[in-house]
Amino acid sequence: MNRSEPELLLQSAPLLREGLTIPTAMRDVIIALLPALLAGFWYFGISALLVVIASILGCVMTEWIFTDKQKRMIALSDGSAILTGLLLGMTLPPALPLWMAWIGGVVAIGLGKVIWGGLGGNLFNPAIVGRAFLLGTFPIAMTTWNLAKGGTDNFFNLYPSTFTAPFMQVAPTDAMSAATPLGLMKFEQVDTEIFSLMFGNTSGSLGETSGILLMVGGLYLLLRRALEWRIPLAIFISAGLFTLMLHTIDPARFPDIHFTLFSGGMMLGAIYMATDPVTSPLTTKGAWIFGSGVGVLIVLIRNFGGLPEGVLYAILFMNAATPLINRYTQPKVFGRRG
Amino acid sequence: MRLLSIFTNSFAHGVHPAHHKGQTENLAIQRVPFGSRFVMPLGQHIGIPALAVVKKGDKVRRGQLIAKAGGFVSTALHSPVTGTISEISPQRTIDGSFKESIVIKADPFSSQRIDSTPPAAWEKLSLEEFIQTVQQAGIVGMGGAAFPSHVKYSIPEGAQIDDLLINGAECEPYLTNDHRLMVERAEAVIDGSEILRQKLGAKQATIGVEKNKPEAIKTLQDALRQRPSAPIKIAALEVKYPQGAEKMLIQSVYKREIPAGALPRDIGVAVNNVGTIVAIADLFSQGMPLIERIVTVSGPGIDRPANLTVPLGTSVRDVLEFCGGLNDKSREIIMGGPMMGFPIASLDVPILKGSSGILAFTAKETARPHEYPCIRCGRCLEACPYFLNPSRLALLSRNRRYEETAEYHIMDCVECGACSYACPSNIPISQLIRTAKNNLKQHPLEEAA
Repeated sequence: MNRSEPELLLQSAPLLREGLTIPTAMRDVIIALLPALLAGFWYFGISALLVVIASILGCVMTEWIFTDKQKRMIALSDGSAILTGLLLGMTLPPALPLWMAWIGGVVAIGLGKVIWGGLGGNLFNPAIVGRAFLLGTFPIAMTTWNLAKGGTDNFFNLYPSTFTAPFMQVAPTDAMSAATPLGLMKFEQVDTEIFSLMFGNTSGSLGETSGILLMVGGLYLLLRRALEWRIPLAIFISAGLFTLMLHTIDPARFPDIHFTLFSGGMMLGAIYMATDPVTSPLTTKGAWIFGSGVGVLIVLIRNFGGLPEGVLYAILFMNAATPLINRYTQPKVFGRRG
Repeated sequence: MRLLSIFTNSFAHGVHPAHHKGQTENLAIQRVPFGSRFVMPLGQHIGIPALAVVKKGDKVRRGQLIAKAGGFVSTALHSPVTGTISEISPQRTIDGSFKESIVIKADPFSSQRIDSTPPAAWEKLSLEEFIQTVQQAGIVGMGGAAFPSHVKYSIPEGAQIDDLLINGAECEPYLTNDHRLMVERAEAVIDGSEILRQKLGAKQATIGVEKNKPEAIKTLQDALRQRPSAPIKIAALEVKYPQGAEKMLIQSVYKREIPAGALPRDIGVAVNNVGTIVAIADLFSQGMPLIERIVTVSGPGIDRPANLTVPLGTSVRDVLEFCGGLNDKSREIIMGGPMMGFPIASLDVPILKGSSGILAFTAKETARPHEYPCIRCGRCLEACPYFLNPSRLALLSRNRRYEETAEYHIMDCVECGACSYACPSNIPISQLIRTAKNNLKQHPLEEAA
């Protein structure tokens, strides 16, 4: 050899890697969420931005505090805490007091992830745990909706409730408060125009309203091969069929398919939350079962439950069923199928 | 996916690594000059090691028998060079262990001409004589496993081989030795297949080639046109790893799933690598025993990649020197392909019958950034061509619950590495599976009564 002998490594094969890593996967999801997030900021102004920041801060701070010193930077750099905070923030009402959003983030990571042993250990989707906690603890603030103001002129107009001091009375709702399309449908049987539903020009959670932009993000994930597409597809199909059945029986009482698919947290939940790999089944068959269950539960809760929205609980229930689904959908080994 | 695979020439699951064959696929096979020292480990095939029939100080001619088969699942060794036996002693081999080997000092003044007489015309041999001839020629599976070929040809009573399947898939990235063989020696591939097909009594032969080797497919087709009587067809296969794994290849070509624990011959198929087929052709046309093989030298750590005919027993150092040596970036040398090959710790190890490639990799490929926890994304499940649950197996292995891995059919794993390739958490899944498998082999489970 014409140079000094190299010291050879003995890294075990395979040496090649597909290249997808946890941080890039998380980053892909964050990028996919950006269009809908920016639309949320556009519709609801700076308050929405602050809510998201508070929620992310809650998540990141909790992850930081509860992770071993040596592993802190690694745990944070995987981006999962940021993603949880972002997802949680997007499911919150834009006028939510910031301290509540922050506590939601703390609970999401603290009770949703850390106590389960960190990344990969949790049974329930952390962002949904955070939102469920907030919904149970601050039901009024969590169901006070504001009309989308929209536009640059109104961007810096804060909602008065945003800076409510912790544990103080929430500022009285102003004249701009308005029911969500789901609330309108459930309690007043009023349908919302499809265009508004699809582009998000309605009241609702700050990142959930624009179904189309959430789908664009989903398409990006699909192209990046970073989406278990079977889950959202199964949710859409099962929720769609169930809705179609109900709507055929009683068109006056039950909404039609496009309403079911484009209202509330359907898109955000189906594409970004139900597909969380940690809390969804391992196998493709499991994914179909999981998604179908979520879809049916969403329609059941929305139409027969006390709440206008059911995505949250539908996903939580199916998260709980995931270990069982995994157990019964183990792949059939090649050559042992006969 | 399983449904889809019915309509394509492929199997279900698997991964799609970049094939990296461009570096060497158009380089004609060159011959490496004879070195001065050759090391022939007696156990370089699967099964019982060969028995040396020469002693220290003996003069041997190139192609002369130096070790005979040590049993049925064993095969002979021949001298790759004319020279003198300098010692018979343990020598370092590819896996780092020392194995009893015959060391030959080449005669620098010899012409290295091979003067063996062609064996009796193959048409006249009975199947038994044919099997013996193959065993005495030291022919093994050239795809990497080095399983003695004659064992495959010994069909048990009552069984019948209908199809000869020739494996030219070469699904490992970087390797182009089979590709070059098909391009440069298409005639020999067809001669060899015809010999083997007729001897085994198979009705037809199929050559499976991945579609990323259009030149090989075309050359073979042209050669087949000269031989219209030969019932050989070519199956162009989807480019997917591990397309060349025996059971995957059978699935792709015949759409038949071999039951776990069964062999291809149980469904009437004999699978052979193209390299093995050419070795058989050379044996019956020139009387050439297996004393050299085609090796691809490639990878980003090599400045002058090549496809080479290398006499067995040549040291990796000599081969690399012929290719201009390693460049400054190289950090790891893999024998075989990048997915299933073995890293070597020293360059002073010999090329064996199963050495299909010498690949040099740099810091980029060997870098193993942080390992994250399993997030149960299921990518390894979708990668595994055997439909195992690699994430589960890796977890059980890590927790040393080896006995439980058997329940998840860990022994069905062929260690293709597709799971590790696909894992976003960078978990060394196939390494963990290997650990568990080795442990199970050392401590076999007690059979439940």
